This record gives sequence, C-alpha cells and structure tokens, in this order.
Amino acid sequence: MKKIAKTKLQELWRCLSAEGALYLPVRSDSVVDFALWQEDVPADLETLNTFLPPKKFYYPQTETVLKYEFGENLQLLDASSQAGEKTILFGVRPCDTAALSLMDKVYLSEPVDEAYRRRRENTVIIALGCREPEETCFCQTFDIDPGKAPGADLLAIDTGTELVVTAQSLKGEELLVALNGVLQEATSGDEIRVKDVQEQAGEGYLTRVSVHGLAEKLDTCFASPYWDRLYRRCIACGTCTYLCPTCHCFDLQEYAAGHSGERVRCWDACMFTDFTQMAGGHNPRPTQKERVRQRFMHKLNYFPRQHGGEYACVGCGRCVRQCPVNLDILEVIREMGGAVDGQ
Amino acid sequence: MASNPLLPQVAVVTDVRRETPDVKTFRVEAADGRELFAYRPGQCAMVSLFPVGEALFSITSSPTRIGFLEFSIKETGVLTRALHEIEAGTEIGVRGPYGNGFPVDFLRGKDLLFIGGGIALAPLRSLINYCLDNRDDYGRVDIIYGARSSRDLVQREELLVNWPRIRNTGVHLTVDVRSDDWDGNVGFVPAFLEQLNPAPEGKVTVTCGPPIMIKFVLQSLAKMGYQPEDVITTLEMKMKCGIGKCGRCNIGDKYVCKSGPVFTLAELQQLPNEY
Repeated sequence: MKKIAKTKLQELWRCLSAEGALYLPVRSDSVVDFALWQEDVPADLETLNTFLPPKKFYYPQTETVLKYEFGENLQLLDASSQAGEKTILFGVRPCDTAALSLMDKVYLSEPVDEAYRRRRENTVIIALGCREPEETCFCQTFDIDPGKAPGADLLAIDTGTELVVTAQSLKGEELLVALNGVLQEATSGDEIRVKDVQEQAGEGYLTRVSVHGLAEKLDTCFASPYWDRLYRRCIACGTCTYLCPTCHCFDLQEYAAGHSGERVRCWDACMFTDFTQMAGGHNPRPTQKERVRQRFMHKLNYFPRQHGGEYACVGCGRCVRQCPVNLDILEVIREMGGAVDGQ
Repeated sequence: MASNPLLPQVAVVTDVRRETPDVKTFRVEAADGRELFAYRPGQCAMVSLFPVGEALFSITSSPTRIGFLEFSIKETGVLTRALHEIEAGTEIGVRGPYGNGFPVDFLRGKDLLFIGGGIALAPLRSLINYCLDNRDDYGRVDIIYGARSSRDLVQREELLVNWPRIRNTGVHLTVDVRSDDWDGNVGFVPAFLEQLNPAPEGKVTVTCGPPIMIKFVLQSLAKMGYQPEDVITTLEMKMKCGIGKCGRCNIGDKYVCKSGPVFTLAELQQLPNEY
C-alpha cells in the first residue's frame, strides 16, 4: 500500500504519462470526460461519472477492422494487428470497472476479438473508489461495492488530503514499482482511514432495490402489458445505449474511395428501426415496443441467461440521468418484480 | 497469435449460374486452391463484396461435394444487387462456417420430409444432397417445394431431373400462379402439404421458407400429428458478425448465428415469439 498527497498529483501523472498514454477525467465546459493528460489541465476527481464510460478505450466508437485493395487483385489487411498502444486510465469508478468484466464476457469469449484483447492487455486501470453516491447511483443493486474495484490493476482511495493506492494485479504491482519515486509508504493509520472511507461509501444511497431472482421472474414477462405502456415515451434517440458501459452492439460499414477501402466497426443501438430490419422487408422488432423490451430484457434476462446469472447493468445511472424522456431502468426493475428494501 | 475473427479469406467466384429472374447461384473457391473451410449442411458463411459490404448466406452446396462452396442468392438489397452484377473470376471475401447446421446424426435412418418455399430451398439443398449422397443412411426422402411461378423454381435441374431419378425419393412441386408452361399443382405450400398429407410416423420434417410460409406449415404439421421434436426449421435474422457479438440476431437469449439457424419446433416453443 502506497500513498501520495493530493497536492502532488501532477507529479504522479507526469510519471504515469511516461509509462503510457494517460487518460483521466477532465472537465470541459459542463462535460466531464476522459481526456489525454496535459501538464496544465486539472483533472476532475470529484465528479463520479464521466459523460461517456471508459469503454471506448477497449471498444472504440469507430474502429477499422479490415483494410482492403480491390483493384486488379483483392488484398485484405487485418487492421486489428495495429490495435493496443500502452494506455493508463486513471480515475475509473468501481461501476465502470465492473462493466469491463461484463464486456470481457462478450469480446474475450471464443472467438476472441483480437483488437479488444490487445487493448485490454495493454491498458492499466487505476480505479478511484467513490466516497459518496450521486442521486442516480445504484451500483449496490448489482452487488458492486462503491469503495472497491476488484477488476482494477490499482485501487486509489481518497482519504481527504491523500490518495492511498493498492496494487490488485501483477500489472498494478509493476506500475507501483515504477512510481516508487513519487509515492510514499502508507501507514497503518492510512489503512484504517481507507477502511472508513470504503465503509462510508456504501451509505447514503437513495435507491436500494434487490435484483435477486429478477432474471427468473422476467422469463415470464415477455408478453407483459407493461411493455405496451413503457415504450410510448421512447423517442428512439439511442442515448441510453451509447452512454451505457455494458452496451456492446455494433454495425459494420464500408468506407472506400478509388480502389481501396476500410471496413469500420461502429457502435450501434437496438433502439433503431434498421437494427433488425432485413433486406427482404421483414423486421422481427417492427415497433419501438419490441426495441425497448429488447434493451431491458437483454440487460436483465438474456445476458444473465447467457453469462452465469450476471446482469448487464452496473447501476452507473448514466441512462437514468441522460434519457430525455425519463425512461428509468429502476422503474422497470421494480415493475418486473425487483424487491424494494428499505424505502 | 489469435487472428481477427472478422477477417475474411480471399476467394474466387468460379461460376455464376442464373436460376430464376432474381436468383443466381455462385460457386466459390479459395484463391490458392485449398479448401476454404469444412462445414456441415445448414451452416452459413459471411460473403463480402468489396467495397459494397458483407452479409450472411446459407451454404447451398453439400459438404459431400468437395472443393467449392455454393451460394444461391436472391437479388433483394444493395449487396445482393451488386453480387448479381459480378462475373466468374471476381474475387470476394468469405468467412465461416457459422451456425449449428442440421442434426444429420439425428436424421440418420429416418424418413425425411423437406418442405421449402422460394429462395429458402438454398439451405435445404445442402442437406438434401448430403442425404442423397449418403443414400443408404436415410429412409424415404420427399421434397415439397413451392415457388411464386414456374419461372421461379430454384435448382430446376435437380428438382425436375436429378432428384426424382434417385430411388425412394419423391419431388412434389407447386407454384402460386398458373401459367401455360406449368401442368403441375397450383397453390400455396401449406395447402399442398395438407393435400399430400404425408403420415408422420417415422418421419422428420425440415422446413425452410419465408416467415409467413413457415408459420402456416408449422400449423399444418401440428394438425397432421407431427411432434415438435420432429419438426425442424431454419430462421433468418439480420446479422453483422456471425459470431454472437454484434448483438442483433437474438431471439430471447439465443443468438441465431450461434445457436441457430436450425431449431426444432420444440426449441422454438421455448423462445419468445420474436422472429
């Protein structure tokens, strides 16, 4: 366990940026998002959720998967072999860290997505534990401890004037060694302070809903009349899917000029009409009702069925906060039988 | 090093055969003469035409015919329209095989009833030729096939000449619309099926067609006494990856590209009705 005074963080970041491309939460006007570290730009370590989740560092919004020449002879070039520069993400919250392990279940299962795997391998995550929740936070619903981040390489806890840092993986330990010059040894007092912060982090949540058994309850809810009411508000903007740290659906598109081109993978959304629209005219999800149902059923029933009971939601609250018509996944969970403890 | 699962192999279209006014069959071989990949009847492959795009098609050739793949493709959208414009010699991309394929071991020793409509003969043809190439392994084979008109019969030579000649094999054709050059049955496939009324005992049926045909054929088969475990069908969904990651071809918790496209009616009855 090591520590650093918060007044010396610039020094820490300078050292980290020598180890790889360092991204951390930075405020620009009203938006806090991960940005490349710059010497004189302050990081925002108070805001809990960045506007976009850090999934873009493993699974970019657009990404070339294949390059080709189609003149005289067809030549195909694997673009994924170029993916994965050494990257350090500082200040990833526990919910977003948990989301990465969910995305791993999709992209690291056979056949492994090579570009994703390389980026994952070449990225170090320094998580930052939360001190207290925001109004829209509900990570605890999914058994995520806001004071811990087991999937991170390093965990930093803000004890007031210092950050106390613990290595949680081999990559994390190696990085701690490289940072020896700027970090101090933590004391037993620091250890106690870390525990206190972690314990307090779990208090103050406005929302406590239990999802135990919810996936099973949803097995019989496909034909529920609730979907007929719920979807009416949805304007199919797709915001919820782009902001979601676990949404992973993609489209493949071609960009070509002359005799060369690229096949580009880009984020797609199950909220859109043409997501399932086939060339022959048939669409198995013809109205917004089926699309809204798909999104919630995927997160709360299909994904758990496919992946050993784990829900594809981490309670970060981004979709709740940003939905222009207040579609709220917690409302769906409650309506579909999630038990409300203590309200 | 693991490879990029979205990277196709380069292949050459060695033959283009016109089947109907809007269907062509493309024979595809590896550019370097190797086998592209081993596959089972009913499996699919992603076909790329550069720079237009990529889509999933069922492989219509049988793995018993070695050295090439065949795809029967109907001119429907942007990609298939462009494919219809290419000539033999064109290089394309192919990756696969994808999907579960037909349960050929389960079918062994049984009488088989194939029911197809329109372009959906494509996946059935792979299994039909597989069974007929291993003729002693299977019982009686009956093929009920319907098209919009006599001009729209896909694989005309096999339907009219090759398959009826094989022992213990019957081909029963119908068209939606009467014409001067057609003296066979006129009517939709489900009605024709009920009219032929093949007994369910010892028989497994394999059905593929447009969604509306499948819907009514399944109803007819239930009425005729076929058990859901003995009714096999294949489904179609929009797909981008073919490997269970792009997230759009699911019915409930099953991705059609991985768990399908072949399902028994018993399996479909466990899934939400969204296909």
